[in-house]
Amino acid sequence: MHQHKSNILIPALIAACFTFGSNIAFADLSTSNKLLLTGGVSQVEGSAGGGLTPWAVIGGYGTNNEIGGNLHYTYAKTNDFQLDSYGVTVGIYDRVELSIAEQSFDVSDLRGKVKAGLGADAIGRDTVDQTIVGVKVRVLGEAVLDADTWIPQVALGMQYKKNHDGEFVTGGVIGAKKDHGTDFYAAATKLLLDKNLLLNGTLRLTKANQLGLLGFGGEKHDSYSPELELSAAYLLNKKLAVGAEYRMKPNNLENTVGGAVDLQEDDAFDVFVAYAPTKNVSLTVAYVNLGNIATVKAVGADYGKQESIYLSAQVGF
Amino acid sequence: MNFNIKTLLVALLAGATLMLALPAMAEMETTHSPNLGNTPMEGTATFNAFGGKEGLVKIMDDFMIGLVADPRTKPFFDNNKQTFIKAMLVEQMCELMNGGCKYPGRDMSSSHANMMVNREAFNALVEQFQFAMDKHDVPFSAQNKLLAKLAPMYRQIETTDGVAVPPTKLNGQ
Repeated sequence: MHQHKSNILIPALIAACFTFGSNIAFADLSTSNKLLLTGGVSQVEGSAGGGLTPWAVIGGYGTNNEIGGNLHYTYAKTNDFQLDSYGVTVGIYDRVELSIAEQSFDVSDLRGKVKAGLGADAIGRDTVDQTIVGVKVRVLGEAVLDADTWIPQVALGMQYKKNHDGEFVTGGVIGAKKDHGTDFYAAATKLLLDKNLLLNGTLRLTKANQLGLLGFGGEKHDSYSPELELSAAYLLNKKLAVGAEYRMKPNNLENTVGGAVDLQEDDAFDVFVAYAPTKNVSLTVAYVNLGNIATVKAVGADYGKQESIYLSAQVGF
Repeated sequence: MNFNIKTLLVALLAGATLMLALPAMAEMETTHSPNLGNTPMEGTATFNAFGGKEGLVKIMDDFMIGLVADPRTKPFFDNNKQTFIKAMLVEQMCELMNGGCKYPGRDMSSSHANMMVNREAFNALVEQFQFAMDKHDVPFSAQNKLLAKLAPMYRQIETTDGVAVPPTKLNGQ
């Protein structure tokens, strides 16, 4: 049941977008007239932003009469886990952004240790997967061009998340309340052009445990909590930016199985370099610290904080 | 003693300069050309990074070549007003960077009236300007200081959210 996950949707969508994108490209060359890097990159949940955090910018290089978008693939290897994600982000008239992303969280190392230690396959899968569908609407401001005011670009967004391992994440080991949930956020982004500095603040209402990979809500806490996410990026030149982000996260999961499984969730932060050699390609390399994810000391999974190398590539159309 | 006199002289000189400079600076802020489109910068560091007015002239020559070569901007600039436009741009950029010039041209709304400039064309022009500044080794941060003065002018320059309708040729001289 768990082995067969409904991931056919994404490749089909990607194929559709490729076709769609190339049709647009042939019909009208003007699908990419935003300035370099001003569409942000795809963050881990598929929305345009930094690595961890959605920004108020609309993804892709389309301006107010253009449709643009991109495909992205992100690989994050922590000490004991791995996260692969990929998806499509489409920006419509620099006003609305639609995204869909598929995440696959590799827990095989923990699974093996639990199996060996307990003699039972309590995790029962190598990956925990989820699909995230995002919508974002720019409501005011022009992050790049309004250089004479402090008014930022502001966008409102939501991310609907469906975990494909519902039985597991809502079962006894994890103890989440639900296998799906919706995050709501407001983001404000400002480019201080004369200082080469981009700042972003995002306020998110969420119930998601570890982005939703460990379900939504828990025994300890099962209501929406407001979480602040901050990003700063310094532009070294047109093509290259360096920055840092801090993302607060909820901590909903009570220690389960008599405290043997430690699911305490910590805030995350990263330091990144984003490089856009052309408008069609951008690459992001980051160091990400995710804190504790899941530790089971009794079976030798004495994991502690998860530090990660994060690599993300994005191809635009 | 010698040192004290020197310090006093420097202080006096600095004070005198400040008294002269302050009203001059205040005057400059309020008396920039009415059609400039934004307030000039303080100081001349950015102007110097552009190589002064001489540097600006060279940058505008290459900028115009780029504008005519780019299909997105060609229709707006492929005409007999190139020399005039370049001269106006030099004066405007020079005054915005506090280089001691006075922009004598029209305001941004009237100089772009009936041109149907959209964001695509506006951004294309910014890109060509960046290429020209790169070619002349203007440091990135100096480029952005000038672009920060120019970018808000999109509000006057852009007159359509739709498809750009460039004029086949600009009306009159």
